[in-house]
Amino acid sequence: MALKVVVVGAGVVGAACAFHTASAGMDVTVVDRGPVGAGTTSRGEGNVLLSDKEPGPELALARLSRRLWDEAGRELGPDTFELEHKGGLVVASTTEGLAALGEFAARQEAAGVRIEPVDRVQDLEPHLAPGIPGGVHYPQDAQVQPVLAAAALLRAALQRGARLHKGEVAGALTGRGGRISGVRTTTGDVLHADAVVNAAGTWGGEVGRRLGAPVEVLPRRGFVLVTEPLPPMVRHKVYSADYVAGVASSDAGLETSCVVEGTRGGTILIGASRERVGFDLTMNTAVVTRLAAQACGLFPFLRGVHLIRAYRGFRPYCPDHLPVVGPDPRVPGVVHACGHEGAGIGLAPATGALVTAHLLGRPWRGADPAVHTGLLPDRFLIPGGAPQ
Amino acid sequence: MSEPADLLVVGAGPAGMAAAATALAGGLRVVLVDSGAAVGGQYWRHPPAHARAAIPTDDLHHGLRGYRALCEALSAGRAAGRLELRLAHHVWSAVREDDGFAIHVVDRRRAPQETAGVLRAPKLLVATGAYDRQLPFPGWDLPGVLTVGGLQALLKGGGVAAGSRVALGGTGPFLLPVAAALASRGVEVVAVCEAAHPSAWLRHPGPLLRNPRTWAEGAGYATALARRRVRFRPRTAITGAEGGDRVTAVRIASLRPDGSPRPGTERHVEVDAVGVGWGFAPQLDLLVPLGCALTDSADGNAVVVVGGGQRTTVPGLYAAGETCGVGGAALAVGEGRLAAESVLADSGAAPAPGPKRLAGVRSAVARHRAFARALALAHPIPPAWSSWLTDETVVCRCEEVTAGAIRTARAEGGADDHRQVKQLTRAGMGWCQGRMCGPAVHCLTAGQRGYEPAERLVATPVTLGALADLDP
Repeated sequence: MALKVVVVGAGVVGAACAFHTASAGMDVTVVDRGPVGAGTTSRGEGNVLLSDKEPGPELALARLSRRLWDEAGRELGPDTFELEHKGGLVVASTTEGLAALGEFAARQEAAGVRIEPVDRVQDLEPHLAPGIPGGVHYPQDAQVQPVLAAAALLRAALQRGARLHKGEVAGALTGRGGRISGVRTTTGDVLHADAVVNAAGTWGGEVGRRLGAPVEVLPRRGFVLVTEPLPPMVRHKVYSADYVAGVASSDAGLETSCVVEGTRGGTILIGASRERVGFDLTMNTAVVTRLAAQACGLFPFLRGVHLIRAYRGFRPYCPDHLPVVGPDPRVPGVVHACGHEGAGIGLAPATGALVTAHLLGRPWRGADPAVHTGLLPDRFLIPGGAPQ
Repeated sequence: MSEPADLLVVGAGPAGMAAAATALAGGLRVVLVDSGAAVGGQYWRHPPAHARAAIPTDDLHHGLRGYRALCEALSAGRAAGRLELRLAHHVWSAVREDDGFAIHVVDRRRAPQETAGVLRAPKLLVATGAYDRQLPFPGWDLPGVLTVGGLQALLKGGGVAAGSRVALGGTGPFLLPVAAALASRGVEVVAVCEAAHPSAWLRHPGPLLRNPRTWAEGAGYATALARRRVRFRPRTAITGAEGGDRVTAVRIASLRPDGSPRPGTERHVEVDAVGVGWGFAPQLDLLVPLGCALTDSADGNAVVVVGGGQRTTVPGLYAAGETCGVGGAALAVGEGRLAAESVLADSGAAPAPGPKRLAGVRSAVARHRAFARALALAHPIPPAWSSWLTDETVVCRCEEVTAGAIRTARAEGGADDHRQVKQLTRAGMGWCQGRMCGPAVHCLTAGQRGYEPAERLVATPVTLGALADLDP
């Protein structure tokens, strides 16, 4: 009999989990209180990046995910979610910065990332400001339209027999030996399952608590600016080398490190800020002016371009800035798949494949549980079973 | 004005002017901000100062005595150094700060040059009005198809008639003054297509009878239109526009009670311009991100919740005019006055001395609100309006998203509101950010609920250069 799986969350990670578990022949139900991709999935830029990741467990997952996005493109049609192999260009503002970037890129190359040092950045991006000493081109960086990607993955999962259930998970049903046997929703619906996947993104901490398997996932607020539609002006994903430091930083205050890229719709997206302010939705105009200044610094032509929209979302992060993917040792049957911070879109397919591999007990589509042990929830747990 | 302001007022239409005048009379220091080149808003829009003598528009206006009195009060406030009037200033964001509010403005007095700035005060009053609510139909994106508000703005603001043979369509009493104004300027108004039936008014006669002045106004338009042989066609709609480079004809059909076209009644009418309006959508862009509670109003719009004193659910934040429910200029003036009286009371100041007692203003406001509600119920959006769309009809003009694409997003993508449709189709993601197509997309996906616009953190486009200059 097919393994019965409940996936909590219909964001891009939940949709990828549903897609891979359903492809593996499991009996899948996706539960979400809202529509597909309506949370953090719809509040980012659609990054599929290797360039910003240092060698380690996240880069290993990102490399697998990069390949699986291509596979998904072939299976579902690359145009269904605007998969673009645009490549990334990281630029340094000083010669010291360039040296540090070169060193970082060399370590990435040793870990299997393709890199191309660039002396004249204007050859790749003619509208970049003069005076930039150089950068590194990452041809594998790509972009997808995240909500379309989540919708396409979920649609494919449904075609493979998965079901979608609208509702909010209230708690777990417990079976023999403390094993989870399903979930209850706030409206009293009961969904039986052999395994429950926590793919609730920023709300993964709360869902983990309700399942009796708490993990520390916290929100980090990020703003993205959107310009008026333009003819193509920015061809790559372009960002300053400080972005890498910002991603890994644990500073509580506002951090911005400029990321500029064009979209298929013609708009230019400008990110990325990071603030630890809980689930506070308040507009922060200081973030907007800072990002505008940094973007105009990189691309002076942007000074005359209109900002037409800004949006913000909550990136889910774990204290060590790594996602948590794998079975929870405290509650058999609970598998976590959350805490991807700003990289959830890029890491979604590999996360789905890795969850599937954990449930199968063997590798699935290149995801081998024995390889990705650095992402297991065990790292947060002290021997007594409580979170550290 | 050198000392800090007590009150920021955004919007210098009837509500904002009345609010500013009342607050000044009560002794407060006021900053009044408007995107236009003069006070008056849409309702009291006038030609530019240097052209006013050459382009007479007085006959197009109502309540000019009140307008002039408010203008005088504002001038006196400026002369006394207690009013700072910021015209051609666009507000792109309003935020709460520790001890009050900050509004982020773009100064466009020397456009295209723009300068960003910040204005602060302990209290904020938002009176940003409303704009024409549009429903798409085949051909509505042809040049020459305008909103009725747009036609009126051209007439009042520059004495310009947008065409020589014009058809008007939609619903609501606003069609009548626009028809009369066009006719008075020699335009042949070939049809006024009102989707509702006049008998709908009889369902809520009370509020109508208690507003005799509005009756008189309506009768005046009817006489003016009859004199110029303008055909008023109840229970009809413009269901299509045709033409190549610009509109040359409209299709007009009689409507069944549900609003679907009655088969066999369609006819072509040659025109060179069209005006369409389905009531108005309140301009809530500054209020939604501030966290004001909203409620459904009788016309299908979400509006700001205000108490009797025009206080929103956010302390220190007040709203007046169409943002609290579309109801016309007389209501807006009353609400502006009440809102300013609340500001005075909450600031510990004495009530403003004035010609009319507050109790009288309150009862007039209540009467006008009841009237507006009765009008809204008599002029609903026809439930079956979408039957005149084809799958190819463009609904979102900025991103060229068709009705067919929106129907697919609903049927296959499970999109059950305009936000999700936007994510799946880009409808509402373009230049106007869904201000034009939002109500229509809402009707196509979630018609039973009130239309709550998407949250817009950037209320008006602003150049990145102007913003960058603000960064310390």
